[in-house]
Amino acid sequence: MTPVLSKPSSVYFFGTCLIDAFYPDAGLAAIRLIEREGVRVLFPSGQSCCGQPAYNSGFPDEARAVARRQIRVFREDIPIVVPSGSCAGMMKHHYPALFAGEKDLPQAQAFAGRVFEWSEFMVRVLDVRYEDRGGPLRVTWHSSCHALREMQVIEHSKRLLRQLKNVELVELTKEHECCGFGGTFSIKQPAISGAMVNDKVDDIQRTGADRVIAGDCGCLLNITGAGEQRGMPFLGQHLAEFIWERVHGD
Amino acid sequence: MATESFEKRADRALADAQLRKNFAFAMGNFILKRKAVFSDPEETERLRVLGNAIKQRALSRLPELLEQLEAACTRNGIRVHWAETPAVANRIVLEIIESHAATRVVKGKSMVSEEMHLNAFLATHGIEAVETDLGEFIIQLDGETPSHIIVPAIHKNKAQIATIFHEKLPDTPYTEEVAELNAIARRTLRRKFYEAGIGLSGVNFAVAGTGTLCLVENEGNGRMCTTVPPVHIAVMGLEKVVEKLEDLPPLLRLLTGSATGQLVTTYVNLITSPRREGEKDGPNEVHLVILDNGRSRIYQDPQLRQTLQCVRCGTCLNHCPVYTRIGGHAYGFVYPGPIGKILTPQVEGLEKAGELTFASSLCGACEEVCPVKIPIPSLLRRLRDESYSGKPQGIVPGRGCRRNPAERLAWRGWAFLNTHPRVNRMVTALLGMAGDYLPPTGPLGRWMRYRTEPQFAGKSLHRRVGEEGIADE
Repeated sequence: MTPVLSKPSSVYFFGTCLIDAFYPDAGLAAIRLIEREGVRVLFPSGQSCCGQPAYNSGFPDEARAVARRQIRVFREDIPIVVPSGSCAGMMKHHYPALFAGEKDLPQAQAFAGRVFEWSEFMVRVLDVRYEDRGGPLRVTWHSSCHALREMQVIEHSKRLLRQLKNVELVELTKEHECCGFGGTFSIKQPAISGAMVNDKVDDIQRTGADRVIAGDCGCLLNITGAGEQRGMPFLGQHLAEFIWERVHGD
Repeated sequence: MATESFEKRADRALADAQLRKNFAFAMGNFILKRKAVFSDPEETERLRVLGNAIKQRALSRLPELLEQLEAACTRNGIRVHWAETPAVANRIVLEIIESHAATRVVKGKSMVSEEMHLNAFLATHGIEAVETDLGEFIIQLDGETPSHIIVPAIHKNKAQIATIFHEKLPDTPYTEEVAELNAIARRTLRRKFYEAGIGLSGVNFAVAGTGTLCLVENEGNGRMCTTVPPVHIAVMGLEKVVEKLEDLPPLLRLLTGSATGQLVTTYVNLITSPRREGEKDGPNEVHLVILDNGRSRIYQDPQLRQTLQCVRCGTCLNHCPVYTRIGGHAYGFVYPGPIGKILTPQVEGLEKAGELTFASSLCGACEEVCPVKIPIPSLLRRLRDESYSGKPQGIVPGRGCRRNPAERLAWRGWAFLNTHPRVNRMVTALLGMAGDYLPPTGPLGRWMRYRTEPQFAGKSLHRRVGEEGIADE
């Protein structure tokens, strides 16, 4: 695969609000794996959220205010790596629409052009190779909707997973079906969202996998929360955290 | 029409195990069938781009094409009627029926006639309208409305259909044999075709250049309705017009491939005139009723206009994780599923139907398969914005109906937090310490109906990167 751009000396990391509050280990693992390839990672402390919750809920002005903040904070012309297909999709594909007709549209477009989903960056720019030091393990993979349909990076994520020689990947029957998270959807339509996530949990259980790996912590929060409620034994993990663990032989 | 909330109807549907099983099974099959005919992703994408272009081209010249259609139909001997509302359309249909002193109507499948609630209207005037599409026939017997726009009885299984036939049709023994069930419907309907004074149908595409009405179907009942009775009335929404005959092949391929996974339907009817001299069959009169019902209003908004590209294939329903779990009736309106979620609020207004726009996880499965590339998630977002909008201009009825100080304050607070890093870090730290002791009420309570409480990390990523010496910039 030809890299889409030559290896940069440094990149920005956008941690996402969910990782910040619930999955800091995943964020740190994603950062360490980039650094491991000899790239300096900058984490602007003024960053917060991509703005998607308000954008999807009918509050574009509030979404824009938050988005504008990110555009200002990530000001240097270097790649912005995002460990979430959903947040990356928001920043890459929806910022230009959100800023249509605004005077800072050019800045929003330039920002959007620098956004990479984490696994996409690891494969297309850094072309990483991993040596699996972990023991035999059976896992399954959930494709998050926006990583699949907006960022179209699922093949990159799976390419990374397949580099782990001792990991057996058992695919879900409905890998591409939404887990029912959808941000505020999960609390606005709890019963429908609950039915969706319970079907996802059933699908995971049928694989007999010990872990479900995903590239989005929203899905993980949803899926593992529902699994736990039903006393299911599987563990949910972000792809970066899983790889970090495997390359260190834990 | 919808008297209880969407959430209540959805809850009831979710509790119906048989219904969920029927839908999961049927939709799974449709997905596989579509995949089989659209097996080459690149060719499919080219075709969808073409379908989108054809419909956008037609819409860009909509007023002109509708006039062309009227002129061409009139030249061909088809009488064209314009109806701004369903009430006007019903009145037109009734007048045609009464002018022929007819009392019996046979109907091919038509969603526009559902939009008009035509059967109920005709019944109040003593006119019997019999649905002849097998699925429509089944649900009409049971007093139900369609649960899907192309397979209206998909919520029923074999045993349920056997019971309906046994109970509602005279002298019909109970049988679950599919061939026998088909034969019963066929025998019953065959007589109806010959007795009817009027045949009514929908229209899939109306060709402006030639005045041709295109109608696809698999059972032959459409052809019977449009050729056996002496009068044929076709009803269509005004967005069904396309420019020329050459537009039909790609659109038909997209429609049938998306709808039923067929390369072509069993019957493709192209109707261009009433029976001409020397012809052996066909009706003596053909009428075309063109319904607006809010469409010309939707047309005025360049973004929302994309709703009118829809060819009513129903594939967005088949691929929707929400529709698949609750079925069509839970939506409470004529058009269910993703297309219903964008169309209904625009037609009926946001007060009545705006709730539907929030019943989506915005997963994007609908947009991914739409044969004419309607950006349904973006239109859902737009309608959500409209629900809260305080701006005065706009074409969607019920703009701003959800505006309330509490929610606005909450989102303003959220925006403040996410634009003031220090306050944000303080709140995150606080949640990290005490978040696990939050009471399970409100949104958290709704989350915890199906999931355990989310565990806040003791230290946020912001704090961890600071401690580990990762540079700020």
